[in-house]
Amino acid sequence: MSVSVLEGPQAIPEPEAHVHHAPTGFWRKYIFSTDHKVIGKQYLLLSTVMALVGGFLAYGLRWQLAFPDTSVPGMGFIGPEEYNVLITMHGTTMVFFVAMPMLLGGFGNFLIPLMIGARDMAFPRLNMLSFWTIFTGSLVLLVSFVVPGGAAAGGWTGYAPLSARPIYSGVNWGLNLWLLAHAIEFASFLMGGVNFLTTAMTMRAPGMTFFRIPILVWQQLTAAVVFLLSVGPLIAGAVMLLMDRIAGTSFFVPDGGGDALLWQHLFWFFGHPEVYVVLLPAAGLALEVLPVFCRKPLFGYRWIIYATFAAAILSFIVWAHHMFVSGMDPRLAMPFSITTILISVPFAIMVFAMIATLWGGAIRFTTPMHFALGFLGMFICGGLTGIFNGSAPANIPLHGTYFIVAHFHYTLLSGIFFGGFAGLYYWFPKMFGRMLNEPLGKAHFWLTLITFNATFFPMHFLGLAGMVRRIADPTQYPSIVPFQYLNVFITISAIGLILAQIPLAINIVHGLMAGRPAPDNPWEANTLEWVTSSPPPHDNWGKVSPAVYRGPYEYSHPAAEEDWLPQHQMLPAKP
Amino acid sequence: MKMQATAAIPTAYPIPPGKVGVWWFLASEVMVFGGLIGSYLVTRLGSTTFADAAHHLSVPIASLNTLILLTSSMTMVLAFGAADHGDRAGARTYLLLTVLLGLGFLGIKGYEYAGKVAAGFTPASGPFWSFYYTMTGLHGLHVLAGVIANFSLYVMARDRLRHPHRIEFAGLYWHFVDVVWIFLFPLLYLA
Repeated sequence: MSVSVLEGPQAIPEPEAHVHHAPTGFWRKYIFSTDHKVIGKQYLLLSTVMALVGGFLAYGLRWQLAFPDTSVPGMGFIGPEEYNVLITMHGTTMVFFVAMPMLLGGFGNFLIPLMIGARDMAFPRLNMLSFWTIFTGSLVLLVSFVVPGGAAAGGWTGYAPLSARPIYSGVNWGLNLWLLAHAIEFASFLMGGVNFLTTAMTMRAPGMTFFRIPILVWQQLTAAVVFLLSVGPLIAGAVMLLMDRIAGTSFFVPDGGGDALLWQHLFWFFGHPEVYVVLLPAAGLALEVLPVFCRKPLFGYRWIIYATFAAAILSFIVWAHHMFVSGMDPRLAMPFSITTILISVPFAIMVFAMIATLWGGAIRFTTPMHFALGFLGMFICGGLTGIFNGSAPANIPLHGTYFIVAHFHYTLLSGIFFGGFAGLYYWFPKMFGRMLNEPLGKAHFWLTLITFNATFFPMHFLGLAGMVRRIADPTQYPSIVPFQYLNVFITISAIGLILAQIPLAINIVHGLMAGRPAPDNPWEANTLEWVTSSPPPHDNWGKVSPAVYRGPYEYSHPAAEEDWLPQHQMLPAKP
Repeated sequence: MKMQATAAIPTAYPIPPGKVGVWWFLASEVMVFGGLIGSYLVTRLGSTTFADAAHHLSVPIASLNTLILLTSSMTMVLAFGAADHGDRAGARTYLLLTVLLGLGFLGIKGYEYAGKVAAGFTPASGPFWSFYYTMTGLHGLHVLAGVIANFSLYVMARDRLRHPHRIEFAGLYWHFVDVVWIFLFPLLYLA
């Protein structure tokens, strides 16, 4: 008895009026496009450019830490004031202008409509506006480097009172523009978040019920909700800080009756959920890639969704673990330690779901799979140190040391380097219609994995040895001098990590120009974006948009002939 | 067999996308004012100077302003009701009334600001005044945005009602701005 699979799609053709017509002019097609796929690529390009800026800043500050008070090749001499500018702008650039545009703006825009079977976003023009808004914000941030007084130097957290009066940090316009760039960036992602949520709520393909939505879309939507509901207090705080700076108010200035800790509360009320805004989409990319190359259903699909919701809710009540040493009421340390350790439970569920998906799978070791596995390993490292940092007794001696720097690079940077690159290698054929080179991709993976760990793992030791953050010259502390060789090692590794991205650049340029043309479904995957051509047409689906009959991860289904069963295909009833 | 599979396919979403978008936008706006009001409450509870400073504000003027803003919410609903029935002239009249009431609110607010600054109470005069100017100023900017939105709808409806549902969306926002004031009025003037 042979069971065959009916060829989809089985949906009703749309009336002609609903079919979008592709724009023909260069400007409308590539620059001021309302096509979610073009906008997604624009976000990816913007994040790449800003990553070069952020990486250059990292190179400068690492050189200064390894070889204090020597001229940085290609950058010049860095004094303590310039060092403060470097760490401030490195953090701001990487979190707000690289991680978010890449993981949310780039992959979210490109994939959400394709994965749910829509023809575009709910508000295509708002989508275009959101990109050009963050583009403007990036320009404002870059311009702040060249205004009199230099760029912001108050740390990426902009703690008051240092940030609240221009005379305290010596930077006036740089910090005002830094605040303005944030405001513009938040406006952009508010538009984007509203668009993501409305699209997914109202424009799903027929049959795309809640529990048939791919996990990445769930993670993107959860991140959008977390962002929308957490950024408000920081917007309020930014308005207050700007008033302190230009109108002479004293919200955060103690000698005027204000409270400097209030800024920290407002900042971290957003700042901690922001971690999950970046992390959830990155985990979603890895979760999307793993079952495809294990040829197995994703383990615990619903539990991952519930864990995502739990993490989102808990993320709103953990923020003060950033403030154990700030001088806030010490009685708050216990409840915030408990909530912080609780939030590791939903992430442990996700990690175990990843491992259980691997168990017994027929694993295909492609480049995206390498990066997804890299994410799993690196994220476990970062998650484990998170348990140290979350409990107040361990946090108090560790806080403000390089242990924290190691921790958040293992969590956030692994999201970009391993989650983000897993997504890039996996969806590049769909985005550009060309395959990337596999051996070169694997070389990129191994070089990145080795230099990543060589850069960030020794920071744990430096932190435990007592090297504090935000100092331009670690050798001024005699206790650190015996460990200075580690700083040199880290800096060389960090330069290696930057250079390790050259194979990726070669691969992308070569792929775009001379890569093998990509078939519609090169990875034999189930989700809807692989139904359409590579790259998809302007309206995503041509005349007939797909209908959905099953969940996204039905690999090795016993009733199907092949080991994959796309979401839009029906199985015939058994005779 | 095909019938079985299509039976599971749900119908189109019952709410227009624009409305869903506005509600999500308002959810984020609640958190902006929530953060500001929360900061105000925390600072006020830890301070002894707020109540004395608040006595310098005029409750009658603010009460009048509250009445004006509440009335404008009513005219906004009437505008939507008229648009819903296809009554273009009625919708335009009520939109214009809403715009004028909004401008009236801003005018009275400006008169209040001028009086306070003349009496020496600037944003730099202490924590209460910092919060007073920031909270009412941010709210005033939201009123101004609503006035501009409502006026655009008034202009767009000059020959025919192209987007009657947009009056409902603008109304949701306008009621939100009204609700924020319902919180600010007692917190700043009465407490």
